[in-house]
Parts: sequence; C-alpha cells; structure tokens
Amino acid sequence: MIERRIVMSEEVRLDAAYAPSEDVVARELEGEVVIIPLVSDIGDIEDELYTLNETGQAIWRRLDGRKPLREVAAELAKEFEAAPGDIERDVLGLVRELVTRRMVIAKS
Amino acid sequence: MSAAGSGYVRRVRRDEARLWKGRPPLLTWLDLELTDRCNNACIHCSVNRPAGDTAEKGREMATAEVRALLEHAAGLGCLTVRLTGGEPLLRQDFAEIYLYARRLGLRVMVFTNAALMTPVLADLLARVPPREPVEVSVYGLERATYEAVTGTPGSFDAARRGLGLLADRHIPFFIKGALLPATAAESAAFEPWACALSGQRRVAWVQFLDLRSRRDDESRNARIRALRLPPGEVRRRTAALPAAEQDELRRFIAAHAALQGDRLFGCLSAGGKGAVDAHGVFQYCLALRHPATVFDLKRGGLEKAVKEHWPAVRAMKSRNPEYLGRCGRCPLKAFCLQCPAKSWAEHGTLDTPVEYLCEVAHAQAAALGLLAGGERAWAVKDWDRRVGGPVPAGQDQRLGGQECGS
Repeated sequence: MIERRIVMSEEVRLDAAYAPSEDVVARELEGEVVIIPLVSDIGDIEDELYTLNETGQAIWRRLDGRKPLREVAAELAKEFEAAPGDIERDVLGLVRELVTRRMVIAKS
Repeated sequence: MSAAGSGYVRRVRRDEARLWKGRPPLLTWLDLELTDRCNNACIHCSVNRPAGDTAEKGREMATAEVRALLEHAAGLGCLTVRLTGGEPLLRQDFAEIYLYARRLGLRVMVFTNAALMTPVLADLLARVPPREPVEVSVYGLERATYEAVTGTPGSFDAARRGLGLLADRHIPFFIKGALLPATAAESAAFEPWACALSGQRRVAWVQFLDLRSRRDDESRNARIRALRLPPGEVRRRTAALPAAEQDELRRFIAAHAALQGDRLFGCLSAGGKGAVDAHGVFQYCLALRHPATVFDLKRGGLEKAVKEHWPAVRAMKSRNPEYLGRCGRCPLKAFCLQCPAKSWAEHGTLDTPVEYLCEVAHAQAAALGLLAGGERAWAVKDWDRRVGGPVPAGQDQRLGGQECGS
C-alpha cells in the first residue's frame, strides 16, 4: 500500500513565506477555494476534496511564496478590521494545518 | 475574520451539493473520445477503426486542442473527464493529456482495454492517481475466447500484463465484461474472477450491443446484430438471476415508469454531462452523432455549445406517431434503453423504436413476472399494481448490471 505522509512537527514561522504545494491543485468553484490532491499520498480516500472556511480562503489567496506570514496578517488586519493578534493566530493556525496536510510548503 | 482556532480545512465528498451552493455548474462531467482507433478489432464494437488508419488519425484533435478543451471544461466547473476511444492509450500524447487534466484539478476516468499499459504509464497513474477507477474492458477468461472477440493475436497476454501493472501498483480499476456468444459460457466464472482481481462488487456487462454510432459500415452492423443475445436467452438469464438482483430490477422499473410522452431526452445531460468526439465535435453523449444534435467546436467554443446548443437539443420533441404511440406511453421506456442515440445508430433518426431493445425489455419484464406472454407494456392499465406501487424518486437510480454504452 502507498503510505500517506503527514508532516507532524515542522515549525511555522511568521517571518517565513509559504506557497501552495505542487502536490495539490486549487480551483475556485462558485467563489470558493477547493483544494484537490494531485499525488497519491495526500487524502485518505479517492473521492475527496478539501474546502477552506472563510478565514482560510482569505489567507490562502495571499500565500504566494514571497510575502512572509507577518505581512499576510498585516494585510488581513487592515481588510477585516480585526485585532492583529487574532489575525496572526488565524494565519499560523491555518498554515500549520496546511503544512501538516502537505498542501503548502515553506519558501523561505 | 475570527480566531477560529482549528477547522480551517474541511474534507468534502466530490458529490457534496454544498460545493455548488444548490446550483450545479453548466458542465460537471465531460466524456472525451481521444480517438476512434483501437489496437483491437473487436467484433461487437460500435466505434473502433484500425490503429493504423492514418486518415482517421489526421482528423483527431491535436494535443493543443485537447488541452484547450480541458481548460474550457474546467473553467465551466467540470470536475471529471472520462478519456475514452477507441483505445485512448493509442495516442502518443496520452500521458501528457492525462497529466494536464489532473493539473487542472480534474478527476480522470480512463476507459481502456489495458493492453497498451506500460510500466511508465502505470507509475504515473500510481504517483498522480486519476481519482476515479480505471475502467478495463475484458473480453473473456481464456485466450481463445478473448482473441475470438478482439480478432487480435497477442491481445490476451497484453491485456493481462496491463491488468497486472495496475494491480501491482494498487491503482483502483473496474472490470467490464461483454456478453457475446463467445463469452456467454464463461460469464458465471468471469464474475468472481473480476471481483477478486479488482475488489469490485459486481461486473457491469455490455449485453445489448449497439450498432456503429458513425453509421459507417453496414456489414459490421449485420455482424453486430448476429452477436446480440436473443430475447429468449435474455429472458432465461433474467429468470436465473438471484432474487435480490431481480428485486433490484423491479425497483428500477417501478422508479422509472413515468411516461415520457413526446420528450426525447431524459438522461445524462440534465446532470451537466457532455461529450466531445475525437474530431472536436460536441455531442449530447458519446453515442449520439445525429447531425441535428451535434455542434462542431470550431464554430464556437465549449461554453457556446453548453449554453446555446445543449438547451435546444434537450428541448427536441418527437412527432413520430409510432414512437408516441409506443415509447411515449411505455412504462418500460427508461428500462429498455431506447433513446435518440440508439434510434440514430439503428435507423438514422432520433425517434424510431428499436425493435431489439423493445423485445429484450419485454423479455426481462416477463421474466420478472410483470408481463404475461405477448403483452405490450404500453397497453397495460394496472402497471402500478404490478410493480407494487410507484417508488419514491431517488430510491433506486441505478440500472443494476446494465450499461447503455454511452
């Protein structure tokens, strides 16, 4: 059987930039981000897609591999008029989850 | 924005309606015929042209055209593409097309006879899985049986090698059989063999053979007619089915007994399914090539085909009194597989009843105890009572064990 790899302990840092992995494809369907596994060891079953909640979508669209997460959080704080600390927690939370699932990778 | 804590990412099933917020996209599924050519020369096939047919090869869409078509399909919301033929693996650019489709986020279903599967291609399917089972047509358990159908020496061993490459790499696949005079005697042994090899629960059988969908060869049509299971044999086989499968057929018949009147199209494309042939012509389904129903994509793109051409085809009505008096009033209509594609292949029209399909549907209904000998379903007055009352919609949407071939 093909073994499913999960990254368990990579540290996610606010001063690092992250980008979608080439192992997944992201499509916008009806204005919603849908992540589709491309390679064999992402996802548990054949018939599986992933969607992001509203917070996750706003963050995902800014993960371009160049902007550090702190800058992503600052942009979102302006747009959503939320406390910077809350925004940073959301950004780190999402990126940790995506790194664990191998859907994004660190670029710097 | 809120501090959600966790649960930013949600796993969903592909068919979850939530993806579409209640309104599905214009195109959800595309059948893409990459070539009419095939490495086999199966005696019953409604499509195949010789592998070396250079004129046919010259009419096929180029790689760039296929890539553009896939992009347009994905742009319209399509989630799944079925790559079929002929034999799609005959194309030198198959791996490129496959990978391009997957990188667009499309699930890919491959219809193949597996004979041209290579270790390199199987490795690709293992590394970048299609996310739909590969569907493999297998024409018998023994070499003599198989090659009597394919007409191609060496095809049995090649297909078994291909199946082995898929199985060794745990690539999900599904085996389909064909009920022909040459294979019928093996069908009882075929089912457990296929289920053990692939893990599938049952085999889908091609059993009521279609004539040539391009209406290109009357001598081959005559041969296909001669290969069809006689209605008496269909009745015998239906009566011999396990009780649970008979019940499933009865439930299907009960659930799909609504009379269609003058409506011609009642399947597939209502759910956003469409097809494009090897020459870049948009079709309602792969089998329907009637000139009034097709749309050459060179005249306009896929979006125009889906938005403008499709509704016009779907709205077509029958004015044929024979059709209206029989098929339009028949509670077996959905079961018998009569449709514009079958009428096109048999008669060159959209709405001429296909006698063979009518006969085998009545033979099956008789075997299930729904009709007495000689009764015609469209003349029966107490159909609801015979099938135990109408079945609520959605309870049984599957046609157990039968394939329409489209």
